[in-house]
Amino acid sequence: MPKRKTKKKKLKMLQKKPEKLIDKDDVRLDGRKLNELRPVKIEVGVLGNADGSAYIEQGKNKILAAVYGPKEVHPRHLALPDRAVLRCRYHMAPFSVDERKSPAPSRRELELSKVIREALEPSIFVEYYPRTSIDIFIEVLQADGGTRCAGITTASLALADAGIPMRDLVVACAAGKVDGCLALDLMDVEDKLGEADVPLALMPNLNAITLLQMDGSLTIEEFEKAINLALEGCKQLYTLQKEALKLKYVTVKEDLEE
Amino acid sequence: MPLFYEKKQLVTPGDLIAEDNYIAGDNTYKDDGKIYASRVGLVDYEARKVHVVALKAFYVPYVGDTVIGKVIEVTTGGWIIDINAPYFAMLRASDVIDRPFKPQTSDLPSIFDVGDIIIAQIVAYDRTRDPLLSVREPGLGKTMRGQLVEITPTKIPRVIGRKGSMVSMIKRETGCQITIGQNGLILISGKTPENERLAVMALHKIEDESHTSGLTDRVTEMLRKKKEDVEHA
Repeated sequence: MPKRKTKKKKLKMLQKKPEKLIDKDDVRLDGRKLNELRPVKIEVGVLGNADGSAYIEQGKNKILAAVYGPKEVHPRHLALPDRAVLRCRYHMAPFSVDERKSPAPSRRELELSKVIREALEPSIFVEYYPRTSIDIFIEVLQADGGTRCAGITTASLALADAGIPMRDLVVACAAGKVDGCLALDLMDVEDKLGEADVPLALMPNLNAITLLQMDGSLTIEEFEKAINLALEGCKQLYTLQKEALKLKYVTVKEDLEE
Repeated sequence: MPLFYEKKQLVTPGDLIAEDNYIAGDNTYKDDGKIYASRVGLVDYEARKVHVVALKAFYVPYVGDTVIGKVIEVTTGGWIIDINAPYFAMLRASDVIDRPFKPQTSDLPSIFDVGDIIIAQIVAYDRTRDPLLSVREPGLGKTMRGQLVEITPTKIPRVIGRKGSMVSMIKRETGCQITIGQNGLILISGKTPENERLAVMALHKIEDESHTSGLTDRVTEMLRKKKEDVEHA
């Protein structure tokens, strides 16, 4: 299949350092504008064995999230008497990146697991089910930058799909500085070669930020602009997220009405 | 007193349903005078009370419920039973044995063993302790035959129907005995496997289409059609 070969070559070409990340018309490497999200596809309830699940494709990112619980904590001594314990594992598949990644959890994955857990915890009524655990698994099948944000968005949907009572859905999106311009939803090249990256997670109805990080350097004004840009992105993503969650039930209804 | 959704409208967690003078019912919460949904479901309200009928949830034990569970461990004083809830349930030996219970002489596995399916009632539960079961009522105890179907516990009321109209219809049409556990497990035992298969199909249809109206009629229609197909074949 010669067609496929050329496609792969193109992918490799992108990995080489391009001269310019943003051309003079403010168009990015993948043809997006500065304030444009990557194309997003979300699906809810994709796995049969987990209590709740969701899948996202955001640009070249492909991420699966699954949720179990609330259930008895194992090992027993980790149980808390007044609330549920939330456990989260963010993991990248060995084939998710250019060069094979060791499947063992790296320092980065461990840290992201914690960060994601803390971004999701405020949205869950953990105090409703003491002495239980809620387990979240985020599996990155293909990575292209911004996986922690896409992971949070997906995991939140999986939690809602599992029927766990929540204050709000959590949406996450990053903004950053590339070639001196502020840009929304950075992909891998832009993240690695750009100047800064600001991932942000939001509970849109409560207007509460549950995660805010920054990597790189920005002036105070730029930082504020980046946050507003990321918030805009979150709001756009939220409508998609909500649609995906509703779609599962709306389609059954429509099929019957036909 | 604004209300932002009509009855039977689909909401997702975090959706603002009502403001001010309303009372937050099931699957909703109140924060700063505003009522939000906490689960995916359909909005419903009676007078000033707003609630959401969840489309998917897990079973939370409730005193008085009849549940179906599986024995997962035999201990010295009783059994530990998985009732498909966040907590395992306990069944005490003294509840089952009529004579005073002596751990030295009683052979508990001969009464209920690991893997047995048990129909029981919840007699005590609060969130600080695991639920306690009892089998001291007619119709409760170990089941020897039939097959189990699992559906989302929130859809159990739909399976029962108004005044039991749905189950009695399925029982009538398929000739199966149906025992419903409030925890989402349903035991079906019929004269032939074919009858059981029909009942299972009906239950899955109810689960998939629980949020639509006119369901009892559609299920009846489906069952009759399938029965005819079988007779003609």
